[in-house]
Amino acid sequence: MAHAIAQEKPVKNIWGGGVEPLKASYGKLMMWFFLLSDTFTFSALLITYGMSRFSHPAYADKLDAFTFNTAWWPVPDKVFDGVPFLNVHVPLVFVGIMTFILIMSSVTMVLAVEAGHRMDRADVQKWMLWTILGGIAFLSCQAWEWTHFIHGKHIGTLIDGQMFYGANLHRNQYGPPLFADLFFFITGFHGTHVLSGVVLNFLVFFNASMGVYEKRGHYEMIEKVGLYWHFVDLVWVFVFTFFYLI
Amino acid sequence: MSSPSHAPVATGEIPKANTAAIWRTFWILLGITAVEFLIAFTVSSPMLRISVFVGLTFVKAFYIVGEFMHLKHEVKTLIWSVVIPTMFIVWLVIALLYEGGSGLSSRLNY
Repeated sequence: MAHAIAQEKPVKNIWGGGVEPLKASYGKLMMWFFLLSDTFTFSALLITYGMSRFSHPAYADKLDAFTFNTAWWPVPDKVFDGVPFLNVHVPLVFVGIMTFILIMSSVTMVLAVEAGHRMDRADVQKWMLWTILGGIAFLSCQAWEWTHFIHGKHIGTLIDGQMFYGANLHRNQYGPPLFADLFFFITGFHGTHVLSGVVLNFLVFFNASMGVYEKRGHYEMIEKVGLYWHFVDLVWVFVFTFFYLI
Repeated sequence: MSSPSHAPVATGEIPKANTAAIWRTFWILLGITAVEFLIAFTVSSPMLRISVFVGLTFVKAFYIVGEFMHLKHEVKTLIWSVVIPTMFIVWLVIALLYEGGSGLSSRLNY
């Protein structure tokens, strides 16, 4: 037994230095752990939404007879049913478009990363530009969504003896004050992430165009910023489900 | 994946794009979102709707993190370093949803 062990090659301690135990660069690892901490932040926000919802009465009657009232939590389908330029009530369609835009821009981001692996500067530029456009399109949609939410519906809700339209941080026509507060906070915090993602995307697009990464010999910056961008997309998938679908 | 030494820059030749896996993931994500829409407009049982929506959300998350963020193809240690800490979220969901529900019932009953 002892003889057999002695014949084996000495195993190198992978944590002893000189190797990459996780086979990922320092920058990418730190991005992963930053995103993990951001996951906790967003989870805390979304779970707070869940807790607030559970601590308010739910609307129990027929869905067709639903009216906004501060006594019960609103049905999302009834709140988010607008589409720009059209006077129609179709739940989910507009957020569906927003979801599609963000998933699409995630795809163009991976395509940029893939182009970076091939050191194809022109392709990186092309796909980064599409990704930036997707981000801006999403932010524009969100601006419309907020405006619509703040200005409210044609029919207001009676609060404290007077008709109230739309929403602010103190009261809203859709339901309990917390509903609008969490809407502003969660979609706002996500929108801020999208905005900083667009800025980062623009920075790496600019650097790629100037040939910085070609000179450096690799396009790893695209990968790191890409991780962040996909994370923003991931958070939206959860916001979409827990704010708009359920 | 990102070791610079493999970069083909020295030859000046740019290899052809290999994007089949990326588009496959895209179609899966699009398909799931389409199914969610279908369910939102057809299924009326609230419990069934909610559980399907939450389930499909995690399927989407799996594809975004696994394929787009490439985590599926990383070293096992890295995968677990990222995935295991999210267990705390499960605890927070259970704790706070329970807390919210009991807050409501105590206000209604007393």
